[in-house]
Amino acid sequence: MLDYITSYLGMNTTPGQAGNVFWAVVYILVVFGGVSVAVIAMNWLERKALAHFQIRLGPMRVGPHGLLQPIADAVKLLTKEDIIPHEADRFVFWIAPLIILCASFTVYIVIPFGPTHAITDLNIGILFMLGVSSLSVLGVVMAGWASNSHYPLIGSLRSSAQMISYEIAMGMAVVTAILMTSLNKSGTGTLSMIGIVQAQQQQQIWFLFKFFPLGFISFAIFAIAMVAETNRAPFDLPEAESELTAGFHTEYSGLRWSLFMLGEYTAMIAVSSIAVTLWLGGWLRPFPNTLTGETWDLVFSLIPGFTFLGLAVIAFIGVKRMPKHPYFKIQTAGLAGFGAVLGLIGILLFIPPVRDRIQDIFWFVAKVAVFMYLYIWYRATFPRYRFDQLMKVGWKVLLPIAIGVLIVTAILGVVL
Amino acid sequence: MVPITTLHYLVTAAALFVLGVIGVLTRRNVVIVLMSIELILNAVNLNLVAFSRLWGLHGQVFAIFVITDAAAEAAVGLGILIAFFRNKETINVDEVDLLKW
Amino acid sequence: MEPVATPFFFYFLSGLTLLSGVLVITRKNPVHSALALILGLLAQAGLYLMLYAPFVAGVQIILYAGGIMVLFLFVIMLVNIERSQKEEQFNKQWLVGILSAGALGGLFVLVYTKGSGLFPAVMSLPVENNNTQQVGELLYGQYMFAFEIASLLLLVAIIGAVVMAKKRI
Repeated sequence: MLDYITSYLGMNTTPGQAGNVFWAVVYILVVFGGVSVAVIAMNWLERKALAHFQIRLGPMRVGPHGLLQPIADAVKLLTKEDIIPHEADRFVFWIAPLIILCASFTVYIVIPFGPTHAITDLNIGILFMLGVSSLSVLGVVMAGWASNSHYPLIGSLRSSAQMISYEIAMGMAVVTAILMTSLNKSGTGTLSMIGIVQAQQQQQIWFLFKFFPLGFISFAIFAIAMVAETNRAPFDLPEAESELTAGFHTEYSGLRWSLFMLGEYTAMIAVSSIAVTLWLGGWLRPFPNTLTGETWDLVFSLIPGFTFLGLAVIAFIGVKRMPKHPYFKIQTAGLAGFGAVLGLIGILLFIPPVRDRIQDIFWFVAKVAVFMYLYIWYRATFPRYRFDQLMKVGWKVLLPIAIGVLIVTAILGVVL
Repeated sequence: MVPITTLHYLVTAAALFVLGVIGVLTRRNVVIVLMSIELILNAVNLNLVAFSRLWGLHGQVFAIFVITDAAAEAAVGLGILIAFFRNKETINVDEVDLLKW
Repeated sequence: MEPVATPFFFYFLSGLTLLSGVLVITRKNPVHSALALILGLLAQAGLYLMLYAPFVAGVQIILYAGGIMVLFLFVIMLVNIERSQKEEQFNKQWLVGILSAGALGGLFVLVYTKGSGLFPAVMSLPVENNNTQQVGELLYGQYMFAFEIASLLLLVAIIGAVVMAKKRI
């Protein structure tokens, strides 16, 4: 039993490939916990960032600068009454958020946080991710259908039509990136996520910059399509409050609605990590071959520690600027404690053994975090697309450009 | 336990095929008849892929073509259903009898 | 990598497939039948993975469970009328249907018991991890003509479905 557990530690593969069930379960729990923490942080960041974009402050009361607001939201949602509409189909009503949630979470099995830091490495990794994320359309359709009321029905029809339209443009952009993995000596590409990042490492160029501007255009198509796929602004007509009274999740209250939100944020993180893996080089650090050598490696390996120390400094600046009223003592102490925790993590990331191991995960998570911030930025900045404009963009603009980029990439790949 | 042989997969495919045939022959709702046809096609696919494990990848290529054709046929069948439903407001196979004397 | 717990997974997945088949043909509500069919399709993708056909499994999940079943659910939502759920669900010829399906089942049993020596029972194909590449080479090499015909077929199906389902002017 103990050798089963420790025998994996000497190996250099993912737990799925080593067949080690214990470590696979450990990795699954770690990823699940990490994603849940990321969703909570995303919830807070969205409210604060949107507020600051709109020159207001956002939640400030619940914890220092609203840091405990997501917990208060969770408690509120858990204690709400669970309303099921009259004559709704109970089984389908119950299962729709579960389908969206399971489809969004199953995608995390193949996401590569490092060359061996994935739960497993299927050799059809990207195909699996596209397929399973297209199962969430079923959940949306069933949610609108089971609510037995016309706003959710129209909202779910619109939402699912939007999702399946943009899936096609997404698929074409993904095929373009996969085509670029085959431009190596042996001429065969790969569909496995770890293989795609290793192909970028071999060809010494992020696929974003390959055959410029083709890689960039396909990345842009994927970035637009992934925003539409997750029903986020500016493509959020099916769930905007002023248009359709919250669309397909109108009739869901309390815990069920929070499952929808969890599924939506999880899907956002999942498609962002597809974009990061395919175009942005996954876990590779920036400038892997123009800035090579021991010193540059050392400089880049110190960045995680400095990031957390920078966050701790911002927290302490916030502590300095807290009002000096006795009412704010607990909040000030809480913010100082939070800053201290961030500083401790930063110092921990300077220790050489930790520093070497954390590199890949840090760069991957940093790139995905940039995408998350972009999502919030889009929501604050762009007006909403009308539904016919949305479908026109999906079919008549993105799809022809994606097919054109694919053909030109294929020709260039053969010729060059 | 007896190791899993090809025959196990073939028996599963045959049972699925028989279930699909029962669905096509006995149900009244046209949509469920179409879904039973999908069951039949899936049984055939399972058979093809089970044999392709023994004798090369041609079975898998054929299975991909079968899936493509199933998609095309489902689209056309459902289009016919919608066109018929617009005329007669029913989805019973028993009532599709406009050509009877 | 050694396969793990093959009999358990086979019986679980094939049991799930057959259970979903039974549910598809016996549920009154077509939405429940569609959900059962989705479950069966996903279990079948698992069976394809056990048969070392990962590309077909991926195609099954994307096209069948994520495409065709969405189409079915859309159409069920469009044509679902309340009275159809309160009527009977089996048509007038149900006895003849079951008898002929039983005859078909008997034929299958006969064929499989008599002919089970014709193909090797133990599957011993070497397992490699370039299944997708090999399927791609076959598809675009030997079966190129069938591939083009299939794309033409899909085009015809799209045009046909659009023409039949659009509103009259």
